[in-house]
Parts: sequence; structure tokens; C-alpha cells
Amino acid sequence: MTDAAQPQPRPLLRRVMRRLQDNWRTVVMIIPFVWLLIFFLTPFFIVAKISLAELAIASPPFTSMVEWTDSGIVTIRLVFDNFLYILEDSLYYNTYLNSLKISITSTILCLLFGYPIAYAIVRSGPVAKPILLFTIILPFWTSFLLRVYAWMGLLADQGTINNALIAMGVIDEPIRMLYTEFAVYIGIVYTYMPFMILPLYANMEKLDGSLNEAAADLGSRPTNTFFKVTLPLTMPGIIAGSLLVFIPATGEYIIPDLLGGGNVNMIGRVLFNEFSRNSDWPVAAAVAIVLLLLLVLPIMVFQHFQGKASEGT
Amino acid sequence: MYGKRSRFLTIMLTLGLAFFYVPMILLVIYSFNYSKIVPVWGGWSLRWYEELFKSEEVWQAVSLSLQIAFVNATFATLLGLFAALAMVRFGRFRGRTLFGGMLVAPLVMPEVITGLALLVFFISANQLIGWPSERGFTTITIAHITFSMAYVAVTIQARLTGMGETLEEAAADLGAKPFKVLTAITIPRLTPALISGWLLAFTLSLDDLVIASFVSGPGSNTLPILIFSRIRVGLRPDINALATIMILVVAICVAIAAILLFRQQRADMRDQQMAQKAAEE
Repeated sequence: MTDAAQPQPRPLLRRVMRRLQDNWRTVVMIIPFVWLLIFFLTPFFIVAKISLAELAIASPPFTSMVEWTDSGIVTIRLVFDNFLYILEDSLYYNTYLNSLKISITSTILCLLFGYPIAYAIVRSGPVAKPILLFTIILPFWTSFLLRVYAWMGLLADQGTINNALIAMGVIDEPIRMLYTEFAVYIGIVYTYMPFMILPLYANMEKLDGSLNEAAADLGSRPTNTFFKVTLPLTMPGIIAGSLLVFIPATGEYIIPDLLGGGNVNMIGRVLFNEFSRNSDWPVAAAVAIVLLLLLVLPIMVFQHFQGKASEGT
Repeated sequence: MYGKRSRFLTIMLTLGLAFFYVPMILLVIYSFNYSKIVPVWGGWSLRWYEELFKSEEVWQAVSLSLQIAFVNATFATLLGLFAALAMVRFGRFRGRTLFGGMLVAPLVMPEVITGLALLVFFISANQLIGWPSERGFTTITIAHITFSMAYVAVTIQARLTGMGETLEEAAADLGAKPFKVLTAITIPRLTPALISGWLLAFTLSLDDLVIASFVSGPGSNTLPILIFSRIRVGLRPDINALATIMILVVAICVAIAAILLFRQQRADMRDQQMAQKAAEE
């Protein structure tokens, strides 16, 4: 076959392929980069923009930031009223505080229970270890919604726990557990515990056991060794796990809605309802921005740790 | 680090596992309950499974959710692979910090914020360029890809750092071009991580309620949206039946993924041992 017999588009295609092969690194980098710029970063700027607008009877229901006046001058209107409204209104203020209180307490509870569990897995034999890890990971893959639902069945007035206690004669009247703050704590600890255990496990797994032996040889008691050697060395795991629980728990919507009913107000729930029922977009956007500002520092700390981990050694 | 497990640790581990699994086991048991009131036992029955299979609404939601999950997982794996390659193998490039930041932020970003941001984005885009004309399959899938690719990227990044670059360097030394090295060595070695990333993205999509609720339109109910609207009012035996099926499917998928990863780890260890032996001889 001679070159002339080749159809015309073929070399062009080949040239494009060659081009692609030479520049594939750029292509590989650009595609996810652009995707994230459009679908992750831009939306946040739009939220920020709406939070500085006023409610208007229009579609979408807010005023435009940039306006052309008659004289042809562009005016930019920034309205901070929404933020003032949030900060002055005790409902929002208390809800933020309540969300932080619940997420911080839940994080501490997750750490108190998760730490010994992670440590127990690390200290298990080579056969038990992967099986135990699997049992921790499995609930993490199971539907979040259904795990919360499972607790509705346990905690309801007519639920499994109350029925069992009444049958055993411990109580006569059912204890109210569902739709209380207690139920919200259970729900958060239950669903977020794997996020605490897994980073702790990854961190503990790398610890050098001979350090503990050395401490013991030098006459250190196990408790002393734990507080002076193990605990400081597992700090990165503690920080990573705590952030993975604290940040999403602060904005949690499903758990306060299903397990707290109308009795427990968390900011995620307020935000969701504000948006779907009231359609006061500027206020809802401002609520979101304030939540984001509260979480921006923890998120940056997390990114710092994650970045370090992804770069490897 | 192996060692003795003290009695305290064993007790905590047992309590922890009981805490994790007792609620799920009870959920499954009550799905076989004849009684209409979930926690009151009325004898064994498959009544709620029958009811579930007869429900047109449930089938539509399952079908929509599976379609979204499939498309999402495929695109998220591709984008996640690209992102991981860029982060681990490309060294420093302009915008790397911003890129890395955007890549991990969805892992911890509260869902209400991501959902809200994407909704206002889609509405603004619709006003500006007329796309997307309606909210539903497309918008939910795009939203899901955006957060699942972060999870996939983290999974693949871990694997890329773990497996090192020695084989790639050897191939390059023997004259393989970078693109050839990528397709002939890196990607095949990443296969288990790609599969587990795909499965992770698939389940994340099937699981998401909050973001989907924000970006879905009327008439496009995914499975979690349907479940949520039902259990908001209280306990429902048909949801127990649905939960049992979903738990079973997930358990099988996770078991497959775990076995694949475990095998890969063992193969890596064997390779290393052989290399060490060869070096010693």
C-alpha cells in the first residue's frame, strides 16, 4: 500500500491522536480541573453573591447585584442585611450554637469509644484483623438513611428498647427517646463512628511496638506509657478522625430531622427548610455562608493533613 | 503492630460491634414480621416483600437511582483517575494547591451546603444559557459525579503512592513512551483500585439523599428520596423489607471489593519479597 492510496482523513486522525498522546498529561489534568471549577467552585461564588442580595418577587427570588442606572453607571449593591438578620435573630444564633454543641459532644463521644476499638483492632492477630476491619467498613457502605431508620425502630415509644424494658418489668411507661436530643447523639455517634475508627486505625497501624516495649523495660507502667508514648504518637489520627466527624456532623440534616423530630434544631435542618418552604433565598444563602465560615478553618486543617498524606513519604 | 489485647480492649471491641450490628439485625428481622406495626411481632411472613415488589413507585425510584449510580460511577472513576494521576505523578504544576483543595473539600463539605450551591448554580445556568432545561437525571448525576470523584481520587491516590514508580521507571528506561507506560503498566496495575473506586462511587450515589433532594425536580424521585418521604412519618414494614435487600446487595459488593484489594496487597507483598530475595542473592 502506498501513501497516496490512503484516504485523506486518516492522517488527520492520526495526527490528532499523536497530538493527544504527546499532550495527554495536560488533557488528563485539565478535565477534572475544569469540572471542579465549574461544578464545585462556581456554585459557591453564586451562593455568596445571592447572600448579598435582597429578597425580590421574581424568579429567581432575589435582586441583582449589578444594576444599570439611567445615567449608564453600573452600581453594585451589596446588602449585608441578611447577615445582620441572622446574627440578630436569636433563632439562628441559638441554632448555630446548638449545632456546634451537638457536633463537638458527638465528636468527643466518637473519640472516647472509637479509640479503644481502633486500638483493639490494631492489636488483633493477622487473621482477625482484616475481618474486624471489614466489619467496621461494612456499615459505612450501608445506606446512611437506613442506619438512621434502624434507630427509629429501637428508640420509638413502641420501639424495641421500650417493649423489652416493659416486658422485663423494668418500667411501666415507655421512656421517650425518639425525637429527643439523646436520639440525635446516638444517631451521629452511630453513623459517624467508622470515620473516627478508620483514620485512627491507619495511624496506629504504623506505630512502632518496640517503643512500648522500651518504655516497659525502663519501668513505665502501661497507663503511663499510653499517655506519654501512644497518645502523642496517634495525634495525627485523632485530629483527622475528629475533623471527619465534626465537620459533616455540624451541618447534618437527616439525623436531626428523623431522630430529633421538631424538637432538636440544627443549622442543616434550618437551612434545608428555609430553602424548600420559605424560599427566602438570600437569607438561606447567608445561613450557608455563615456555616461555611464556621467550618472553613477545620476544613483547611483537614485539607492540610490530607494533602500531606496524599504526597506520601 | 501486634500485641496482647487487654481485657478492656476486648470488651470495648465487643460492645462496639454489638452497637454497630444489633440495630441492623433487628431491622432485618422485623422485615419478616407479619404485623403492620413494626415493633409488634405478628409472626414470620414475606408479606412486605410482596407489597414492595408490587409497588410501581418503588420500581421507578430503583430504576432511576441505579441509572444515576451507574453513569455517576463511570464518570467519577474516570475523572477521579485523571485527578489522582495529576496529583501524584505530575509533580508541581500551576494551580496544584487549588486543584488539591477542590478535590478533597467535597469529602467533608456538609451536604446541605453542596446541595444548595449546586441548586443555585443550575438555576442561574438555566437563566443564563437555558441549560439545564429541567432538573432531574442530568442534574443529580452531575452533582453526584462532583462529590464522588473526590472519593475515587483519594482511593486511587493512595494506591498510586503505595505501588511506587519502579516498574514505570524500568519501562521508561527500556524505551517506552510515557503514554505507553500509562496504558501498559500504570492503568493495569490500578485495576483493583479502579474497581473499588467505581463501587464506592456507585454506593455513594445510591445513598445520597440531601444533595439529590436539592437538585432533583418534580417527578424525579430517587430511592433515598422515596424512602425518606415514607419514614419521615414513622416506621414502615415495607421499608424494613427494602432495607434488608439493600443491605444484602451492599454486603456482597463490599465483600467482592475487599477480596480484590486483599489479593492485590498479598501480590504486592510477594513481589517485594521476591525482589528482596533476588537482591540478596
